[in-house]
Amino acid sequence: MNLSCRHHRNICIAIASVATVPVMAAGEFWTFTPPASQMALNIEGLHSYLMVVILAIFVLVFGFMFYAILRHRKSLGHVAKPFHENVTIEILWTLIPAIILLAMAWPAASVVLAQRDTRGAAMTIKATGFQWFWSYDYLDYGFGFKSKLATPRAQIDNHHGEGQAKGEHYLLEVDHEVVVPVGQKIRILTTANDVIHSWGVPAFGVKQDAIPGFIRDTWFTADKIGTFRGQCVELCGKDHAFMPIVVKVVSQTDFKQWVAEQQARAKAMKDDPNKTWTQPELLARGKQVYEANCAACHKVDGTGGGPFPSMVGSKLVTGDKAGHVQMVLNGKNAMPAWASLSDVEIAAVISYERNSWGNQSGFVLPAEVRAARGASQ
Amino acid sequence: MSTVIKAADTVDTHGVDTHGGHHAEHHAGWVRWLYATNHKDIGTLYLWFAFAMFITGGVMALGIRAELFQPGLQFWQPEFFNQLTTLHGIIMVFGAIMPAFTGLANWMLPLMLGAPDMAFARMNNWSFWLLPPAAALLLISLFVPGGAAAGGWTLYPPLSAQAGMGMDLAIFSIHLLGLSSIMGSINIITTILNMRAPGMTLLKMPLFAWTSLVTAYLLIAVAPVLAGAVTMLLTDRHFGTHFFSAAGGGDPVLFQHIFWFFGHPEVYIMALPAFGIVSQIIPTFARKPLFGYVSMVYATCSIAILSFMVWGHHMFSVGMPATAQLFFMFLTMLIAVPTGVKVFNWIATMWQGSLTFETPMLFAIGFVCLFTVGGFSGLVLSIAPVDTQMHDTYYVVAHFHYVLVAGALFSLFAAVYYWLPKWTGYMYHEGRGKLHFWWSMVWFNVTFFPMHFLGLAGMPRRIPDYALQFTDFNTVASVGAFCFGLGQLLFFYNVIHTIRGGVGPAPASPWEGGNTLEWEVASPAPHHTWESPPDIETVRRGLIAQAVEEKP
Repeated sequence: MNLSCRHHRNICIAIASVATVPVMAAGEFWTFTPPASQMALNIEGLHSYLMVVILAIFVLVFGFMFYAILRHRKSLGHVAKPFHENVTIEILWTLIPAIILLAMAWPAASVVLAQRDTRGAAMTIKATGFQWFWSYDYLDYGFGFKSKLATPRAQIDNHHGEGQAKGEHYLLEVDHEVVVPVGQKIRILTTANDVIHSWGVPAFGVKQDAIPGFIRDTWFTADKIGTFRGQCVELCGKDHAFMPIVVKVVSQTDFKQWVAEQQARAKAMKDDPNKTWTQPELLARGKQVYEANCAACHKVDGTGGGPFPSMVGSKLVTGDKAGHVQMVLNGKNAMPAWASLSDVEIAAVISYERNSWGNQSGFVLPAEVRAARGASQ
Repeated sequence: MSTVIKAADTVDTHGVDTHGGHHAEHHAGWVRWLYATNHKDIGTLYLWFAFAMFITGGVMALGIRAELFQPGLQFWQPEFFNQLTTLHGIIMVFGAIMPAFTGLANWMLPLMLGAPDMAFARMNNWSFWLLPPAAALLLISLFVPGGAAAGGWTLYPPLSAQAGMGMDLAIFSIHLLGLSSIMGSINIITTILNMRAPGMTLLKMPLFAWTSLVTAYLLIAVAPVLAGAVTMLLTDRHFGTHFFSAAGGGDPVLFQHIFWFFGHPEVYIMALPAFGIVSQIIPTFARKPLFGYVSMVYATCSIAILSFMVWGHHMFSVGMPATAQLFFMFLTMLIAVPTGVKVFNWIATMWQGSLTFETPMLFAIGFVCLFTVGGFSGLVLSIAPVDTQMHDTYYVVAHFHYVLVAGALFSLFAAVYYWLPKWTGYMYHEGRGKLHFWWSMVWFNVTFFPMHFLGLAGMPRRIPDYALQFTDFNTVASVGAFCFGLGQLLFFYNVIHTIRGGVGPAPASPWEGGNTLEWEVASPAPHHTWESPPDIETVRRGLIAQAVEEKP
C-alpha cells in the first residue's frame, strides 16, 4: 500500500487541491465520488494532476490559435506570410510533448503496480455476476448471499406517468449489502454465471470485470466507515441498470458480530436434504424462490413480458415435467441456467409455477431434480 | 518519373477500352444510379446513403436521449433501449461515417489526383450496392422475434451469443459492410498509387489523398479481422464451436482482443480522413501553404502504425497483468505525440495567415478545437488507474463523441460545404451555412460536455435508467441532443437549396485560396474529367497549396 509515488503524490495533491476547490464545494455529483481509500485518493490525485497539465497545454495552444483568429484576418488587412516549414520548431514540438507524457506516465505506472498487487489480503470475497444481481461468498467464513436491487419496480416504471416517487438511493440500494471491516485489505474475486458483468465501487477506486468461466481478482482497503455504492458497468442485458453494488464498511467488532449472524442465518436457511416436503410447504418455499429469482423477468403474476414468455397456461409449464426441469436447470437463450440453485429450491419453484396462476399440472420433488441433474451431466 | 507517365498511359487505354462503352451511353433515371460506374455518381450515392443512415442513427440517438431525459422508465423497455444503443453505434460507424468518407474519396480523389475515374469502376458500383442490403438487414432485425442485436456495438459474447436472430442479421450485415469496405479500399489504393497525374509524386499529392491511402490500408488490414471475429461468434451461436465460451474451453476475453485489434484501428479509420479534409481546408482559408506537409504525412503513418498496438487500453478492466497494462498505457499515450504534431501544424498554418471564416473554415476550426478536447480526454483515459474509474462510464461516451461527432462528422460537414460548389455548380447560402455551424457547435457541447461530469461521477454507459444524482446533467444532455438533431434539418435544407440553384452559379474556383487540382475543372464538375491528364504546370500550380514546391 505504501506507494513509491508518495513524493509525486504530494505534488499531485498540492496542485489538485487548487484545481478541485470548486469541485469540493459543489459536492459529489459532477466529479469523482469522494475517495474512501488510498487507491481512490491516488487516482483522484493523478486525475487532478493530468487536468492541470492539460489545461495548461490547452490555454497555451488555443491562445496561439485564437490570437491568429483575431489578428491574422483578411478583413483586418493582414497579408499571409507563406512560410511552411521550420525543422527546429517541428522537432521541439515533438520532443516537448514526449517529455510531458513521460512526466505523466511515471507517477501513473507506480499506481498501476500497486493496483494490480492483490497479495497479503486479510480476507477474500467472491463476487459472482448473474443476470441480474450479484452473489457474494465470504470464502474465509463459509457463507454467502445474493444481493439484489431493493428499489421497488413501481418506482422504476414511469410508463404512462404512473411511477411512484423515487427514494433517496434510487437504483443504488440492495437487499443484502456486502459488509467489510474498515482498514483491512479485502481481496475481491470476480466471476460470472452467464455473461460478463463488472464489479466496481468508485469510492474505493476498484473496477473489475466478472468473466464467466474465469476468475479475476482485485482489492481495496476502505479507510472510512460508511456505505459506498457502485453499479454493474459492463452491458449485461436488459436489467444492466438494475444490479447495484453496495458495500457497508463497519468497525472490526461490528464485522465480527455480523459474520456470526450471517453464519447462523446461513445454517437456518439451509434446506434439510432429508426432509420430506409436503405440497403446501413446497409451494410456500417455491413462492420465495420464484419471487427472489424469476419474478424480475416473468413478473410476480407469471405473465412475462418482452422476450420472456408468460407462464400462465404455457405449454412448457403445463406440459411434461421433465422439459420444465431441464429448462430451469439449463436455460435457453435469454433464460439463464439455474443449476446453482439447490434441488429443493428448483423442485419448489417448479412446483410453484405449475400450481399457480390457474395452472394445475402436478408437483416436482427434490429427488426428481437430483435425478434430472444426474442425467444431464 | 517514367513510371508515373506509364501509369497515366494505362489510364488512357482504360478510358478507351472498358470504360469507353459507358461513355457513349447515358443512362437516364434510376438506371443511371443502379449501373453507375462514374466516380462522381458513385460518390453521390455513397454520400446520400451516409446521410440517410446518419438520420436513421440520429433518430435512434434521440430515442436514447428521450428515455434518459428523466430517471425511471418512460418510453422504452430496457431490452429495446439496448437495441437502440447497439444499432445507433453500428449504424453511425458503418453506415454513416465510413461510407461518407468513401463517398468523398470517390468524388474527390480522381479530381484531386488528375485521374479520369477510380481504378475499378465496376467494382466501385458493386462495393456501393452492397451497402443498402447491409443496412436493410440491420433495420429488418428490429422486427424479428427477440428484436435487434442488443449487446452493444462491440457485440461482446457471451451476451451476444445469448441473443435472438437479430444478432445473426447484424453479423451478416457486418460481413457485407466489411466486403464493401475492402473493395472500396482496393479501389482507393490502386487509384492513388497508379493514377496520379504526371509529376505528382507521393510526397506531392494533397494530404486528403495521403490520409485516404493510409485509411484504406488500415481497412484492408482490419476488416477481415472483424469479419473473422463475428464469424467465430456465428459458429459459436449455431455450429457448436466454443471459441468464446469457457464451457467448451474458449475464452470470452479472446473476442475482446480480436474485436479491439480491429476496433482501435477503426477509430483512426474514422479520424484520419477527417485529418486530411481539415488539412485541405485550413490552408485554403488561411491563404497559406499547409505547415509541415512532410511531418503531417509522417504523423499520419505513425498514428496508423501505433493504432495496431494499443487495443488493450479498451480492456484495462478485464484483469490484465500489470505489465500488459503498462505496455498498452505507454503506447496509447504515445499517440498523443503525432496527434499533437498535427494540431500544432494546423495552428501554424493559420498563424500569420490571411484568414477568412466561411462555413467550411468554421467547421474545420470547430473540428480542431473539439477534437483536441476529445484528444485530451483520450489522454486521461489512457492512464490505466484513472481508466479504472472511467471505464464503461459516460466519460467514455463523452470522449468518443468528441472525436467522432466533433471530429469525423464536423469534418464531413466542412467537406460538404467546401466541395458543394464543385459538386452542384452553385454556391450555398453562407448565412445559413454559418447558422448551421454555430447551432451545431453550441448544441453539440450542450449535449456531450455534461457527459464528462456524468462519467466522473460514475454513471455507467448503456443504461436506460439512472440514479437520481445524474438527473440534471442528463436532462441538459437530452435537451442539447434534440436541438442538435433539429439543426441537421437545416443542413439538409442547405444542401437541397444549393442543388436547386443556391445563391447563384459557382465559379470553377470559388475559394480564393484553393489551388489543388479539383479547382481547375469547371463547376459543376463535368461527368467526365481529366480524360487526358493535367499538364505538369497545372499540377505544379496545384502543389503550391501543399507547399512542397515554390512557384516556378
